[in-house]
Amino acid sequence: MNIAPKTTFVLHHRHLLGIEGLSPDEIVGLLDLAEEFVDLNRQIEKKRTSLRGRTQVNLFFEASTRTQSSFELAGKRLGADVMNMSVMSSSMRKGETLIDTAITLNAMRPDILVVRHHASGAVELLARKVDCAVINAGDGAHEHPTQALLDALTIRRNKGPIENLTVAICGDIAHSRVARSNIILLNALGARVRVVAPSTLLPPGIENFGVEVCRDMREGLRNADIVMMLRLQRERMNGSLVPSSQEYFAYFGLDAKKLAYAKPDALVMHPGPMNRGVEIDSSVADGAQSLIREQVEMGVAVRMAVLEALSRNLPNA
Amino acid sequence: MRDLRADRRPILLTNARIIDPSRDLDMEGDLLIADGVIRDARRGIGAAGVPEGTEVIDCRGKVAAPGLIDMRAFVGEPGAEYRETFASASQAAAAGGVTTIVSQPDTSPAIDEPAMVDFVLRRARDTAIVHVHPMAALTKGARGSEMTEIGLLKAAGAVAFTDGAKTVTNAQVMRNALVYARDFDALIVHHTEDPDLVGEGVMNEGEFAARLGLVGVPKAAETIVLERDVRLVALAQGRYHAASITCADSLEVLRRAKDAGLTVTAAASINHLTLNEIDVGSYRTFCKLAPPLRAEADRVALVEAVRSGLVDAVMSDHNPQDVETKRLPFAEAAPGAIGIETMLAASLRLVHSGDIALPVLLKAMSTRPAELLGLPGGALRSGSPADVVVFDPDAPWVLDRAELKSKCKNTPFDEARLQGRVTRTIVGGRTVYEYV
Repeated sequence: MNIAPKTTFVLHHRHLLGIEGLSPDEIVGLLDLAEEFVDLNRQIEKKRTSLRGRTQVNLFFEASTRTQSSFELAGKRLGADVMNMSVMSSSMRKGETLIDTAITLNAMRPDILVVRHHASGAVELLARKVDCAVINAGDGAHEHPTQALLDALTIRRNKGPIENLTVAICGDIAHSRVARSNIILLNALGARVRVVAPSTLLPPGIENFGVEVCRDMREGLRNADIVMMLRLQRERMNGSLVPSSQEYFAYFGLDAKKLAYAKPDALVMHPGPMNRGVEIDSSVADGAQSLIREQVEMGVAVRMAVLEALSRNLPNA
Repeated sequence: MRDLRADRRPILLTNARIIDPSRDLDMEGDLLIADGVIRDARRGIGAAGVPEGTEVIDCRGKVAAPGLIDMRAFVGEPGAEYRETFASASQAAAAGGVTTIVSQPDTSPAIDEPAMVDFVLRRARDTAIVHVHPMAALTKGARGSEMTEIGLLKAAGAVAFTDGAKTVTNAQVMRNALVYARDFDALIVHHTEDPDLVGEGVMNEGEFAARLGLVGVPKAAETIVLERDVRLVALAQGRYHAASITCADSLEVLRRAKDAGLTVTAAASINHLTLNEIDVGSYRTFCKLAPPLRAEADRVALVEAVRSGLVDAVMSDHNPQDVETKRLPFAEAAPGAIGIETMLAASLRLVHSGDIALPVLLKAMSTRPAELLGLPGGALRSGSPADVVVFDPDAPWVLDRAELKSKCKNTPFDEARLQGRVTRTIVGGRTVYEYV
């Protein structure tokens, strides 16, 4: 069985480098397309042929299990030939620069490059040097557009239209590409966005991002429809920005008590991987209000939608 | 190519707008150059009143001014000749109307011994077509802990003492250096950026950095060091110059120091006067500088400070970086921009915009640096060294970095529309650059 997609959506971009630059219509178009793939992914026969003959390379300069496998599965379900390259272990170690790697890969004529890099702006830099479509799978503390799209899809499926929902994004805002992409996307779709963090984990100028800034979970979670937790990197809890993981959990870790500040039907999200007992308590992560597993499912659908939309713009498509 | 320098004839520049900021002179007239010095600058010298064989150059519509003195330029010799040599830097300088380069000592090895100063002076004598005066390191190896032989280095020809792009974090070291340097009337020049506060920062701290996901450098990283230094100068009474200030807060500190009668001066780079943090755009590494480009309000305040004379000097902060250190993700790229060749043309933006009068700008790029460093240039009086720049202040052009003479092409002004072009540069009475 091979269902042709109903949506004839066209994304007017060659690459997906960030949520910044996407119109609300384009965001909704991608989400609608992703809905179709959610249905497809729940069937026995999950294969499509829209990327048949296409080569997708997942180029990861930073370790990632879930994002890379999610993109791999998404590409394979659309019929692409998918190759994973983890560059931590290969030529970058030998001194090859990002641009050399890009030029080398480009010569192999891939159709789509999925790139993750530890430096902000690195994916955009690479995109300027290659001929194929590039998807940003996370660049430094800048953007992680497919994460924001999958979060939006998850919210929409559980809460209906995103407009006027109150979303509290909690944790290490300063270093989080997930937070940046989500703030832009949720604002574009008309949500009320709050960021909740200790001041050392808030980037300067955050008040100009169109968010309400809270430094206290009780205030930040009040009347929230969605509580989105962020991962706190271990190297930030050693006294440099946060005194200890114990103190962080005491004030900003999401447990049942703090979740009670939000609306009774509030839902909890986390991009993963979780530090249980640091930013989130297991009872909440695995509880009835958690959407964390559904986020992973939506991730594959959203990535299929992005691959599909970009492939429609490829030459000879 | 004809060797311009072989031509030792006297030169008469006629019908020029002669600007000599050293005596507030701004008039139409003729300028006679012979035997390496300025002979006369007045109206109506005319071709009849000059020695036989004088080269007469019509400078109608052009400005003749003291050659620029660039107080802060990194030249790669020794140790980074692939980035810049005295030969290439001086070619770039000549094309930009700069007749004196003040080279930075944080080379590899650092210019921290009299023999190293001698090396620089000899290399410059043999290979450079403009004057080169070295600054020497303030501390041995520019490591910030032990002061150098300030007396002997000055005697060897060092015009000031600095650790280049490094900050002396130890206040006691700075205090002692200021106290000791005072006995030799030596000028201490300091890069004011607290390295701990800079941390991993790569651009100005604020909303724009946050949006790009880049770590910011707070303005306080600069003002804290400047404030500390001003208090040390109050203790030591030495001569102190802030190498590159970038923000309105620093101007406040500077103003208070000057009001208190302290011998504190400061310079601003041409980049910080004409660009701001928005120029970083989508991660343009050519706009990655240390200290970083600041907010527009800071840029405007700096321009006003140059106009009022609060900021004494304008320099290029010339820092050649090749593609290996620039063609990288923003956070991983080296900071710095070349600027010696474009300093005048870029700064004329401030004149054309009506922010700064041309004589005031030229003073900050020639007369004041000469005064601060004790150099003979920066003036067009009879007997002054014949270091002269002739430029058409209105000529429009588009900068193509491939045409720049520097070995590296990391200019933030690539493809910029500029107005004002150097047509002739004269060093020691000889033409070293001519635009045809």
